[in-house]
Amino acid sequence: MTDIALDHHHAAPSGLQRWLFSTNHKDIGTLYLCFSALMFLTGGSFAMVIRAELFQPGLQVVEPMTFNQMTTMHALVMIFGAVMPAFVGLANWMIPMMIGAPDMALPRLNNWSFWILPFAFAMLLATWFMPGGPPSGGWTMYPPLVLQTGMAFPFLIFAIHLMGISSVMGAINVITTVFNMRAPGMTFFKLPMFVWTWIITAFLLIAAMPVLAGVVTMLLTDKYFGTSFFDAAGGGDPVMFQHVFWFFGHPEVYIMILPAFGIVSHIVPAFARKPLFGYRSMVYAVGAIAALSFIVWAHHMFTVGMPLAGELFFMYSTILIAVPTGVKVFNWVATMWRGSLTFETPMLWALSFIVLFTIGGFSGLMLGLAPVDFQYQDTYFVVAHFHYVLVTGAVFAIIAGVYFWLPKWTGVMYDERLGKLHFWLSAISVNMLFFPQHFLGLAGMPRRIPDYATQFTGWNMVSSVGGFVFGASQLIFLYIVLRAMSGKGQPASGQVWEGAEGLEWTLSSPPPHHSFSEPPKLH
Amino acid sequence: MDTVAPSSSRRMGWKLALVATAMFGFGYLLVPIYRVVCEWTGFNGTTSRIEAVAARATVVDTSRHVIVEFVANTSGNLPWEFRPTVASVRVHPGDIVLTSFHARNIGNAAVIGQAVPSVTPLQAASHFRKLECFCFSRQPLAPGEAKEMPVQFIVDPDLPKNIGTLTLSYTFFSAPDKVAALSAAH
Repeated sequence: MTDIALDHHHAAPSGLQRWLFSTNHKDIGTLYLCFSALMFLTGGSFAMVIRAELFQPGLQVVEPMTFNQMTTMHALVMIFGAVMPAFVGLANWMIPMMIGAPDMALPRLNNWSFWILPFAFAMLLATWFMPGGPPSGGWTMYPPLVLQTGMAFPFLIFAIHLMGISSVMGAINVITTVFNMRAPGMTFFKLPMFVWTWIITAFLLIAAMPVLAGVVTMLLTDKYFGTSFFDAAGGGDPVMFQHVFWFFGHPEVYIMILPAFGIVSHIVPAFARKPLFGYRSMVYAVGAIAALSFIVWAHHMFTVGMPLAGELFFMYSTILIAVPTGVKVFNWVATMWRGSLTFETPMLWALSFIVLFTIGGFSGLMLGLAPVDFQYQDTYFVVAHFHYVLVTGAVFAIIAGVYFWLPKWTGVMYDERLGKLHFWLSAISVNMLFFPQHFLGLAGMPRRIPDYATQFTGWNMVSSVGGFVFGASQLIFLYIVLRAMSGKGQPASGQVWEGAEGLEWTLSSPPPHHSFSEPPKLH
Repeated sequence: MDTVAPSSSRRMGWKLALVATAMFGFGYLLVPIYRVVCEWTGFNGTTSRIEAVAARATVVDTSRHVIVEFVANTSGNLPWEFRPTVASVRVHPGDIVLTSFHARNIGNAAVIGQAVPSVTPLQAASHFRKLECFCFSRQPLAPGEAKEMPVQFIVDPDLPKNIGTLTLSYTFFSAPDKVAALSAAH
């Protein structure tokens, strides 16, 4: 297969050049996923420092300033370095195969959008070696605090610009590919769910990321060029930053979860051996979530002092999102109903996604209620909520997707026993890690503070132990993936999973360099 | 497969890039939108202005009183003493009220200050209209210099009946360096 592919691709170089100049969707997908894994470990090591410091009250491991730098960098690296690139990597690998295309529509743009990322993160991580260290004002970069950042400040801003450019270019590529390169006969309502969720995500990226670029540019000019966007003395308003930031920020949280919905919508039918229940309602639900995401931003800032009408509007619109999300959860459960279920590793991850993401959704409903949010604001309850939706939501779905598609990518089965070990260790430890943080938050423990009152000690110790076990379990994942990548394991068939459906499973495992040189025939 | 994309794809790519650029501009457009919405609705305690002629034409509602309280703050490292000359006044909605604040520079450098007003409760903010205020312009103070700073305002008779007390708060900030340098040059 490889030989035939090479004949088509006359300019396929080898070694370093293959990766640097690659315009191949599979190579770029691999680059994205490897980069994401590296950032996942980097951001994870920051999290380990945070949990080590919070193991007991008082200051043991790091200075308060370093602690705040850890929380800020952990968030930036995990959001922009781990979760988002992982989804773009999966999109690169899977979308052309799923829609019957030979490659992405804009291969050179694809190369660019990946290779910007290492530079962005080199700039961001280089701030560890600068006087004053990395930014410590939180990933949300609220002024006036963030304006006190030292030398790291412009590096932070330009790194965010680069990350934004990278993900907008990735989004442009996805949309163009899906609109222009579908196999004949593949209408929009025949598109696989992962493709659907990614088109909508791509539109969210194009609409939201430039707003983030704009608002951080305002921060930059406020600090260095005498503008007063957020400076009250010059007629500006720091609260406006929060409005503009969360106008980006709320669509951003759906950017990080919609592709996860797509992945789970492939895995559940495959292991229930039934078609996805309510395909159309799934598509409409994703569209509704995406549309609503632009009118709910101020629920992140209920306590800034909004008039009652504002609180009510943002509360009702937020709670409304539970409806399409509920539709999706209902459909996944209905897909499993009376299915011939088996529980291979991808299915285990997908199932735990459904359960644990729903817990995150419920705590989100609690936070969405303006009157009670005044108690929860800036406590560990918020931390527990967004880690349930981002770790057991987005990250679990990414891991599920990697297990699901790894045999297709590498041509060998991963080690099922190790996969299950990885799953059970992670699923138990992640709940030890984040569930007690609900209690801590309700009891009043504030976030982003390195020390705490002694009555919080017990649950913090449980949480830290869970954190260390969860962190260590991911090394098993690393081993499993590296082992499969090096070609060790049982050879996988093209179909891989008995119940899996879709064009990607009609290709060999591993697939040819260019997926479909001839458009496939649809049934 | 050639790596040069077909022109239809490239055209679509450029169009989407244009949308992204427009959204970058929209981010900036949110700034004036935010300002207009705040002034229009009084969100965020933004007070409004009124011309003297219009203020005099306002019918005074003698059937009720409102209490207007004054609060004065200075921000961060501004070495100023700043307080209202009276803590509160009791007025009819529609009355033109004149009061003043007292500011003194207790530091040993000249500073240009900028006061930022805010009215609570927020529903009252759009009914609080100023004719004259020291916050309309920047206030320079030499070391040791003191100044009486007048405010002339009117509480709109449309003020919701359930609001009996308003608080007008001023926070003095040191004007940003660039702005201060510009004002000094004038």
